[in-house]
Amino acid sequence: MRYLDREAFGKLVDALAGAGYDLIGPTVRDGAIVLDHIDGAEDLPSGVGEEQGPGTYRLTSRDDDMVFSWAHGPDAGKRFLFPAREVLCTAKRNDGQLTVECRPGDERPFAFVGLRSCDLHAIAVQDRVFLDADPHYARRRERALFIGVNCAVPGGTCFCTSMGTGPKCTIGFDLALTELPGGFVVEVSSPRGEQMIEVVRSREATEEEVRAAQAVTTEAEGQMGRSLDVADMPELLYRNREHPRWKDVAARCLACGNCTSACPTCFCHDIVEGMSITGDTATRTREWASCFSEEFSHIVGMEIRKSRESRYRQWLTHKFASWIDQFGTSGCVGCGRCITWCPVGIDVTEEITAIRATDGEVEVAEEVMAS
Amino acid sequence: MMAVDLRSLEVPPESAEGTPTRVATIRRIVQETPDTFTYWMTFRDPVDRATYRFAPGQLNMLYLFGVGEIPISVASDPELPARIAHTIRSTGRVTDAFRLLKPGDQVGVRGPFGRPWPLREARGGDLMIVAGGLGLAPLRSAIYQAIRHRGQFRRLMVLVGARGPEHMLYRQELDMWNQWMQFRGVETYLTVDVADDQWPYDEGVVTTLFPKVRVDPEWTTAFVCGPEIMMHFALRGLRDMEFPMDQVWVSMERNMQCAIRVCGHCQFGPKFVCADGPVFRYDEVADLMEVHEL
Ligand SMILES: Cc1cc2nc3c(=O)[nH]c(=O)nc-3n(C[C@H](O)[C@H](O)[C@H](O)COP(=O)(O)OP(=O)(O)OC[C@H]3O[C@@H](n4cnc5c(N)ncnc54)[C@H](O)[C@@H]3O)c2cc1C
Ligand code: SF4
Repeated sequence: MRYLDREAFGKLVDALAGAGYDLIGPTVRDGAIVLDHIDGAEDLPSGVGEEQGPGTYRLTSRDDDMVFSWAHGPDAGKRFLFPAREVLCTAKRNDGQLTVECRPGDERPFAFVGLRSCDLHAIAVQDRVFLDADPHYARRRERALFIGVNCAVPGGTCFCTSMGTGPKCTIGFDLALTELPGGFVVEVSSPRGEQMIEVVRSREATEEEVRAAQAVTTEAEGQMGRSLDVADMPELLYRNREHPRWKDVAARCLACGNCTSACPTCFCHDIVEGMSITGDTATRTREWASCFSEEFSHIVGMEIRKSRESRYRQWLTHKFASWIDQFGTSGCVGCGRCITWCPVGIDVTEEITAIRATDGEVEVAEEVMAS
Repeated sequence: MMAVDLRSLEVPPESAEGTPTRVATIRRIVQETPDTFTYWMTFRDPVDRATYRFAPGQLNMLYLFGVGEIPISVASDPELPARIAHTIRSTGRVTDAFRLLKPGDQVGVRGPFGRPWPLREARGGDLMIVAGGLGLAPLRSAIYQAIRHRGQFRRLMVLVGARGPEHMLYRQELDMWNQWMQFRGVETYLTVDVADDQWPYDEGVVTTLFPKVRVDPEWTTAFVCGPEIMMHFALRGLRDMEFPMDQVWVSMERNMQCAIRVCGHCQFGPKFVCADGPVFRYDEVADLMEVHEL
């Protein structure tokens, strides 16, 4: 374990920006801690905390100058590695000759600062979807640097301990920081991380500092806002496709798709065709799509998931159950963003708990009940 | 302190390739029904012409410049892959735009994708092909292959239903196969929901053909494709005849935008129809097919 004082950490962040990396880090904007392009360490939050609950998020001020004593804002790495809109291919037609090019762009590589363990796990989940299939994602992903942060203050909707994805960073980082009052205990986990830390003055962390860092994690583990029993997945949800709870939650759900946007692993998308005004160039643009929209399941003459109930069931069952069959991992990393950013505060942990409590219950058709 | 070149941290990506779009030129357009046309095409690039292969039941993503890309089954003989056919019913934005195409026009082709009809499974026994309406398009390639390898099966039965005589795809071919019966051993059974005076075959939905065919379910492999309602009744008919579920194969339809299991649209329970299907063994999906709005 290494130790970086606050100043050295700031220099490291600035050095990454100076070396031409597109620096992505948390910063306070519009009443939230968002992840965005930042210029350097001075853009990071300081002395800011947050309160999260079902359908609520607000900033608080802390009486210290801690940089990372909060959980997460609305966005994770997804917005950068898998942007909401991206031109994948450009087609041209000249004298009747068609050409289609799908080469990834040559943007600056990202350096992520301050991703949480759940965010790093979410990237590992999306890797299983995109890394072999999509050169655009793969190029950005493989060039990026990752400085993770071990959480000290989980949010009111966090349940990463239940999903085995936090609060301490275990995968997907070059450096992982645990913030202590004067600086950071740093775990170096890759050759790139070793090179990064060489850039600034660091020293071996003392035993006491290492112990203090461990205590941060232990304490965070005890402060999870939520918990969830994921035993018997995927079967639990597979055998409860006709459970009455789907109708119950559908009556509350607005089908707004906030949860799918806020979710750091949701990958569904549309490919949208656009045409230049001159008519000789067309673009194939990938846009985030939500399984909560009716047109998502459109085939000729019908929408397969017409009812809101079937769309909620699709989302939750995909996330917690079929994802396991498809990609060998749960699609949920326990960050709780879908709970925080749901305008009506629907809580996935509560929905799954309710289904588990009445496992096997089947919705009785109304005609049957009447007779 | 050592000077480190942070730029050198960048690893060269050994990136995924993505699926290439090949360009094909429309050669011939055949009208099949009032709203359905078959487009014969060849690849522009000689290397593509020489290397492109597909198996029966697989799909291509067909791209129309400035309009969009849609999943369409390959409807020609898999053993003549240099010239492929797609049969397309115009029902919306992209399929309507196909009607404006003329020979010489170019389209993009990504593919082939998906799991094919498993002709191997039927070897040594009987093969029964059951198609409703446009469902004949993805089965036509299987019929061609079965005829080429006719010796591998005992009976080869082709059952086709359509709304009316004018909605029957590949009419000339079907008549021809029907006449071949004596010497090639292709049994064709054709029916339409509503017949007219000239219609020489049966009248009624496709399941009304089942008793006529007198299949031996234990020895028969069935391939079924058609509109949802037709599939529903056909599968029920096969169950009633006590067909073993693992000898029945179906082709499913879902929205598809990528065909490489990343867009998420074609999910059917845990399955991705584009990659795990579109052809499924009935027992793999029977439970899922029972769930409303899955
Ligand atoms: C495996 C498979 C094989 C198919 N084979 C054939 C075939 O051989 N012949 C044939 O005529 N049709 C076939 N279809 C159906 C064909 O894909 C649709 O008719 C076509 O996508 C409709 O596009 P549209 O723009 O004309 O319709 P619209 O109703 O205007 O559709 C709007 C858009 O939805 C998207 N979309 C994606 N998948 C579908 C879908 N399955 N149905 C409708 N829209 C979709 C497309 O971007 C489409 O442009 C097949 C579908 C699948 C899944
Ligand atoms: S889910 Fe865990 S890792 Fe993610 S922000 Fe909350 S406490 Fe941190």
